[in-house]
Amino acid sequence: MDASNPLAGAAVVAENLSIRFGTGDAATLALSDIDLTIGQGDFVSLIGPSGCGKTTLLRAIADLVQPSSGLLRVNGMTPEAARLARAYGYVFQAPALLPWRSVARNVTLPLEIAGMGRAERQAEAERNLALVGLADFARKFPWQLSGGMQQRVSIARALSFKPSLLLMDEPFGALDEITRDGLNLHLHELWASSGLTGVFVTHSIPEAVFLSTHIVVMSLRPGRVVEVIESALPRLRRLEDRETPEFLALSHRVRAALYDGHGHG
Amino acid sequence: MNGSATGESRAGAQWMMAAAGLLFCTLSRISLRNFGNLPWITAGVALVLVLAGLSLFARGNDRADGMASPVLFGLLMLWLWEMLVVGLHVPFVILPPPSAIALAIGHHLPMLWADFVQTVLHAVLAGYAMGCGSGFLLALAIDRSPFLQRGLTPLGNLISALPIIGIAPIMVMWFGFGWQSKAAVVVLMTVFPMLVNTRAGLASTDAMERDLMQTYAAGYWQTLRHLRLPVAMPMIFNALKLNATLALIGAVVAEFFGTPTRGMGFRISTEAARMNLDIVWATIVVAAVTGCAAFVLIAAIERVVTFWHPSIRGARRS
Repeated sequence: MDASNPLAGAAVVAENLSIRFGTGDAATLALSDIDLTIGQGDFVSLIGPSGCGKTTLLRAIADLVQPSSGLLRVNGMTPEAARLARAYGYVFQAPALLPWRSVARNVTLPLEIAGMGRAERQAEAERNLALVGLADFARKFPWQLSGGMQQRVSIARALSFKPSLLLMDEPFGALDEITRDGLNLHLHELWASSGLTGVFVTHSIPEAVFLSTHIVVMSLRPGRVVEVIESALPRLRRLEDRETPEFLALSHRVRAALYDGHGHG
Repeated sequence: MNGSATGESRAGAQWMMAAAGLLFCTLSRISLRNFGNLPWITAGVALVLVLAGLSLFARGNDRADGMASPVLFGLLMLWLWEMLVVGLHVPFVILPPPSAIALAIGHHLPMLWADFVQTVLHAVLAGYAMGCGSGFLLALAIDRSPFLQRGLTPLGNLISALPIIGIAPIMVMWFGFGWQSKAAVVVLMTVFPMLVNTRAGLASTDAMERDLMQTYAAGYWQTLRHLRLPVAMPMIFNALKLNATLALIGAVVAEFFGTPTRGMGFRISTEAARMNLDIVWATIVVAAVTGCAAFVLIAAIERVVTFWHPSIRGARRS
């Protein structure tokens, strides 16, 4: 299809997207013929076994990896144009905060690079730190904060450009379960109140089911999309909802799709 | 509890060391049947007692205790040196006693100051600034251009392998007898360590941090300023500390090959030839103190600039 298709308004469109690493006989196919559409305002989790290419897909959307073939559009632009337009925020597996900058100055860094004035970017940082509940820690240094707080700072930082798209690569993978629950709820409320589009890479079925409107189940070698499961859960969720029959049924369906995909791999 | 136990054992060790030193020196005195220097022994006993008392008194205070041990040890060494050299009648040209060196410093203060100005304030400072500065700028140029990287890296290796003894006379031919030729030697000695360390520091960012700057659509200079230079700072300070010592050595040795009638290297070579070893040693003391002071100063600046580095923030917290 050409770029004038009706899905041009989607946040992310992938058609026949393949990504190959290396050349010749040593080449490995990381992603094979991915077709995926992520609508504006959706929260989409990419879930699958290690090495299924879910992080590669996220990095391709962020223009950190180049597609080998196929089409990829972010907000109707090429990934590079979207990156240069600072159209997304990216949260990495680790907080990746700069230890010589205070928490507030870590959050203002993207705006400083974008050339925003000092007073304006400080106000923006205060607002974003308040969104993740860390307004009182602005003057601390990252190494004076716990791991969960550091990851919240990195989310605040990813919100700096006021992006419509938030890309997250297993942001809570290194955290203990209680901290993780708290951050999941926080992220969910942030998404629900903001109209952001979220793309979230995870290993955890409960996390994917709790956060997502759509769950993309991927399989291994080569990375393929097995199934896109649309969640029937209400838009607004509470942690307790994870015990409801609907939640457990959806979890079961995701698990079945994962094993299904694994069987084919 | 634990702290006071180690404090006690440390103070105990100081006492034992002091007592052993005293005993040894006193015995050596007696065996030489030289009782004429009895006041020296008395002074030594008093010194050790005062310092040991001070170190006991300061036991509760970590900082004072940390200072007391090296000071006590250093004074004890000086005193041992004095006793042995005088007691064993060591010839003056082999090793003058510390008291003679101290007297020489006192008598020749204006001359030592003129030497210091010539060697340190002119040759070392100028050469150090130019050498470190150009090493840093070369590292940036190499980082920016693969062509320069291929061309300059072998050249840098070559310069670093040049023997200073061979270079110094040539620099005197090129830049004259004044401090400028010594500064040139210092430049040649310091440029390469700074180049290598800066390059290693600039290369020490991790992939995630570089990806982060990429997602911000940051350009080369923005990435350099906000990420790569701060990350490189600990390595750059390593080079600054290393180069402080190298610069002093380079300037002093270079003066052996022609200089106006002042400078620390000139002083060492001429006074050694005239058997005025106390002046040679006095100049060595000035050089040693200068080197230590430079090191301490740079380390202090490093603690301010790289306060965030784990090696420094850990020490700061405790």
